[in-house]
Amino acid sequence: MTDYKNLKLIATSNPHIRNNETTRSIMLDVIIAMIPALVWAIICFGVEALILTAVSVIGCVVFEALYRILMKKPQSVDDLSAVVTGMLLAFVCPPTTQLWMVLIGDFFAIIVVKQLFGGIGKNFINPALAGRAFLLGSYAGAMTSWVDPAVNKAPIFGGTVDVVTAATPLAYLKTGNMDGLKEIYSVGDMFLGKSGGSLGEVSALMLLIGGVYLLWRKVISWHTPVAYIATVAVLTLLFPKAGSGVDFMLYSIFGGGLFLGAFFMATDYASSPITKKGQLIYGIGCGLFTVFIRYFGSYNEGVCYSIMVMNCCTALIDKYVKPTRFGVVKSDKKGAAK
Amino acid sequence: MAQAFFGGVHPHDMKAATNAKAIEQLAPPAEVVIPMSMHFGAPCTPLVKVGDEVKVGQKIGEFRGLGAPIHASVSGTVTAVEPRPYSMGGNMMSVVIKNDFQDTISEEVKAPADPDALSVEEMIEMVKQAGIVGMGGATFPTHVKISGGIGPVTDVLINGAECEPYITGDHRTMLERPEEIIGGCKFLAKMFGVDKVVIGVEDNKKDGIEAMNKVIAEQKAPVVVEPLHCRYPQGGEKQLCQAITGRQVPPGGLPSNIGCAVFNINTTCAIYRAITTGMPVVRKIVTVSGSGVVEPKNLECPIGTPVSLLFDACGGLKENTYKIIAGGPMMGMAQYTTEVPVGKGTGAMLAFCENEEQTVENPQCIRCGKCVEACPVHLEPLMMYQYAAKGMVDELNEAHIMDCMECGACAFACPARMHLTHMFKTAKQLVKDKAAADKAAAEAAKKAEEEKKEAAKV
Repeated sequence: MTDYKNLKLIATSNPHIRNNETTRSIMLDVIIAMIPALVWAIICFGVEALILTAVSVIGCVVFEALYRILMKKPQSVDDLSAVVTGMLLAFVCPPTTQLWMVLIGDFFAIIVVKQLFGGIGKNFINPALAGRAFLLGSYAGAMTSWVDPAVNKAPIFGGTVDVVTAATPLAYLKTGNMDGLKEIYSVGDMFLGKSGGSLGEVSALMLLIGGVYLLWRKVISWHTPVAYIATVAVLTLLFPKAGSGVDFMLYSIFGGGLFLGAFFMATDYASSPITKKGQLIYGIGCGLFTVFIRYFGSYNEGVCYSIMVMNCCTALIDKYVKPTRFGVVKSDKKGAAK
Repeated sequence: MAQAFFGGVHPHDMKAATNAKAIEQLAPPAEVVIPMSMHFGAPCTPLVKVGDEVKVGQKIGEFRGLGAPIHASVSGTVTAVEPRPYSMGGNMMSVVIKNDFQDTISEEVKAPADPDALSVEEMIEMVKQAGIVGMGGATFPTHVKISGGIGPVTDVLINGAECEPYITGDHRTMLERPEEIIGGCKFLAKMFGVDKVVIGVEDNKKDGIEAMNKVIAEQKAPVVVEPLHCRYPQGGEKQLCQAITGRQVPPGGLPSNIGCAVFNINTTCAIYRAITTGMPVVRKIVTVSGSGVVEPKNLECPIGTPVSLLFDACGGLKENTYKIIAGGPMMGMAQYTTEVPVGKGTGAMLAFCENEEQTVENPQCIRCGKCVEACPVHLEPLMMYQYAAKGMVDELNEAHIMDCMECGACAFACPARMHLTHMFKTAKQLVKDKAAADKAAAEAAKKAEEEKKEAAKV
């Protein structure tokens, strides 16, 4: 029979079993969810899109690894979160961004925004968006020159993209030139992603596929993206700048980085509220600021800054929006107030 | 109608290893070690000394205050009364009995002439003398729960959720001894004066539900079986109340605050046995399972059987077993030795040799909020973890850490593998220590003040 004296037993606290989900598996799911949008980007903008994304990913991983080594901290690149940041940063840059430029964005995102605040889970702003904001402030020209995929027809391999700068749908929306917009892109074009824009944001359909995958895998909950998109939809439907409300709404939600922001950026764990109620408030806030910036701001695109503003409100939301403690029913609350 | 509570997690139930295996009787052990604490409350005082002859069912430990008496589980000679390791950690005064294999029943065990003619007080007294405690693991003395609950309690619930993975003892009891369960329910209904007892069972035990429904129909018993969605911790007393009645127990309260009383399946059987035969709690059904066990089984054994004998009966343990758990994998206590005996609350003994633990080197919270979603008491574990790590007692109190029932759902759900439950256990102690220190300081200050006044008078 077994000699029980020789067993090396460990006595740790319960629970003694764990769910199979890990930080790494979550990040892997996010990467998988971004694949459709990446494939679409390669189809639209050529192999350059893939190179830009790859360089950005390598940059993020190398910066993170180096920082952890230099600062003598436990290595953390194997959690794949740097890969996600790298992909997201490439997704929010124009496809024509210079490679050295995206590396500067990587540096800002990983070192300044993520690692200096303590690494994964500690950054209070989404690193990829902060990286983009940094690049936009530093290289405003390069970061706002867009190519029109329909005009370029870049071959998938070996071809070069001739930069034909085109106005994005958001520029048309900004000026309220709905007729001009309708002439070049139909709502279907916008949904499928046949318009100009940042590398990974053009196809609402591809992003939706990724978003649904994340929801199905329970990596994200519906609260933030639905609250966000619904707020933008309702505001643009009720207060269109031009044309009919429905048209303006459809162009608004399919245009720009709204789907990318709603499903992949605003749902970043570290910089969004932890309660479902909080996430609804946060999503509505993101929607409000997006519409405000698009309507009244000097930028055409409002998603990036609106999410960053709401990132800064997350701590406040978490402070005041608490789950109702078990056993405290509504009538009790009233009683306590008296 | 299957119902559910808020929060919780859904671990793989792992019950297939034993749920089709009938309860086996363990070969009588040569020696039993009976700890004097197998209930919620102060330990019992031993009534026997070395050399005494004892018989099955003889009272060997008397309780003071809150508690339940303890009885000899085999007949034989007392060979030692000394501290021994027990499953709640550390050592506990225990009575060691050498088995004479005669199973002589003590004269103290007397079956009533007509169990149905007993008055409520008589029944409660029998439950008290039988040493019945909450056999699901909480080990709260049952007679206290009954006598305290008569009056305010309108809903008597039987907990057959068995939501912890691996454990199948209650499931097998439903299949093999449904008449004991239903009989116990009838006595409970009579004691509480209610016209219906509800048994909550998770719907992964469909055959158990059928078996009980059959007996209910035969006996026309005032019992209803309520199927529940599988979800951990469904078998938590307060969660079960919420799932079945829709009412929530207030913070710091008990189910009786909302008119509920909850009894485990095994406790119900023990009540039935005590009232019909007078036999106290001397045996326990234990599920022996887990990846480290060669042949998992459901075993019934005398209380005080060393767990090494249970593992022996299951073909022994695998070589690389690294963890032995008394209880389920979510809330059970890891053991450092196999010398610990089976107690009244030991529903399972698990041995793990694979990667169940899944620990990581440097856990980093990613703020995903899955712990908030999982918490059945609606707390924010990730916040509490930060406060606890920094020893911020006031913030811990504000975050209601004392409401935490250490169910382990948050740590189970955590993708970063944070040691949440562990941290909360230590933090709760921190909060209690601080409260005690504050109280002592306040009293000292008050005393100093009084002395000052006295001095001024003089």
